Amino acid sequence: MTASVAIQDLSISFGHGPDAVKVLPGVSFSVKPGECFGLVGESGSGKSTVLRCVSMLTDFWTGKVEIGGRNVRDVPLKDRCRLLQMVFQDPYGSLHPRQSVRTVLAEPLRIHGLDDREARMRRALTDVGLPVEFLDRFPHQLSGGQRQRVAIARALILEPAVLLLDEPTSALDVSVQAEILNLLARLREERGFTYIMVTHDLAVVDHMCDRFAVMLHGEITEILPREAIAGNGATHPYARQLIAASLEYEGQI
Amino acid sequence: MENPILEVKNLCIRYNGAPTDAVRDVSFTLGRERLGIVGESGSGKSTVGRALLRLLPSAQVTAEKLRFEDLDLLNLSEAQMLKVRGRRMSMILQDPKFSLNPIQRVGHQVAETLLRHFPVSKSDARVKTLEMLAAVKIRDPERVHDLYPHEISGGMGQRVMIAMMLLADPDLVIADEPTSALDVTVRLQVLNILDGLVRDRGIGLIMISHDLNLVRNFCDRVLIMYAGRVVETLNARDMDHAQHPYTRGLLAAQPRIGGSRAPLAVLDRRPEWKEEART
Repeated sequence: MTASVAIQDLSISFGHGPDAVKVLPGVSFSVKPGECFGLVGESGSGKSTVLRCVSMLTDFWTGKVEIGGRNVRDVPLKDRCRLLQMVFQDPYGSLHPRQSVRTVLAEPLRIHGLDDREARMRRALTDVGLPVEFLDRFPHQLSGGQRQRVAIARALILEPAVLLLDEPTSALDVSVQAEILNLLARLREERGFTYIMVTHDLAVVDHMCDRFAVMLHGEITEILPREAIAGNGATHPYARQLIAASLEYEGQI
Repeated sequence: MENPILEVKNLCIRYNGAPTDAVRDVSFTLGRERLGIVGESGSGKSTVGRALLRLLPSAQVTAEKLRFEDLDLLNLSEAQMLKVRGRRMSMILQDPKFSLNPIQRVGHQVAETLLRHFPVSKSDARVKTLEMLAAVKIRDPERVHDLYPHEISGGMGQRVMIAMMLLADPDLVIADEPTSALDVTVRLQVLNILDGLVRDRGIGLIMISHDLNLVRNFCDRVLIMYAGRVVETLNARDMDHAQHPYTRGLLAAQPRIGGSRAPLAVLDRRPEWKEEART
């Protein structure tokens, strides 16, 4: 299953009255079915807020978000969970310390009344490259990379079409990051997932994404194809600066 | 090496109650240079840094030699150590959010180094603190001096940490993942500031990081640690010619701008790396 994402004039403010802060003044972009779209920018630029709005974790925004042609506001909660899922940044924070992997994976199956639970859980773990015995482990018995795999398995178990990835590898070592990025790339190839991926690492964008948006103060300054990174093909001054800094950091200048 | 700042020979560290050593037989010397220590989490790199400052009360630290300038770090009393920490040897920690005191104004925390180690008046300490804040490129140091840590950004917080650690003009600075909590653009600014100060003052720097790009660009020499051991020592510019399969594996696992999109190489960890002799 695969779906497109279309975002139009997404706008949100936090706070009330004169203290209200406009975090996203009006974000628009669209992602094709099966595409991997990156969101980059400095911290506080609103990247993660976009994901939280699209997933309705934060729901007091205005504008329009369509997934597979359906307005995300009109999709009932249960259906929404089967349409999109999110993988969070820090697997140390996003897994409940007192719930076993089995509990984590069984809960969505129970809520959605799906049968064959055991087989589905086994399949989800196998998909993310973990042995099925891990079902009875607790988060403290897992390494950071294994935890992130469990978080990805949790996102996959309801077979969504769109995965929202919020810095899925920034808490991990480079060797473990490689494993997770390979896993995400393989899953996308096999299942045709649509990814929206927040990251601050342009090397990861270059490796994973087809296009990416550079955000600054809640606005998208520029949407660029992946090929624009290596030669710094950006036109907006901030996007140029960001790409130049990344190239310099990699020692490519 | 003539007049090394730090000499470490066969350093072993075992946490109390642990069945094996967290760090085994680590040896290196440090002159007025920038030394990087890289490795994955759990490889013992931060433990080495903490052991040098004797910040591991719950571990047994043994070594044939652990000499910092004229001091034998193994046999110093805690009272003597208090005169070394922050004054002659200091440590820049990873995340300013957790390492600055949330209920003290930034300026007071920075000035504490001076008031603690030097016979200076409060007003002199304030002047020096403002100078130092300016030296780490904080615009408007007067204003920042009176702010609380939650009122400043991450990049500014990290610069405050650097100011705090360099204020006493130490001979050795240990930077433990100084920029991994920062964005790429801010990261470069902070590193350039740190780099400039370290060069100007002739400070020895140990940069602990898991980021190969960082040590490649900001260090002279690099130690690569795996499972508590140093598996390879390299000049930073020779990183691409690394011999050890672990180092090569780490380099290959890193996605690069303009690289191919083939699946990234995944480390194939071999048990013999834990045992083999150091190079």
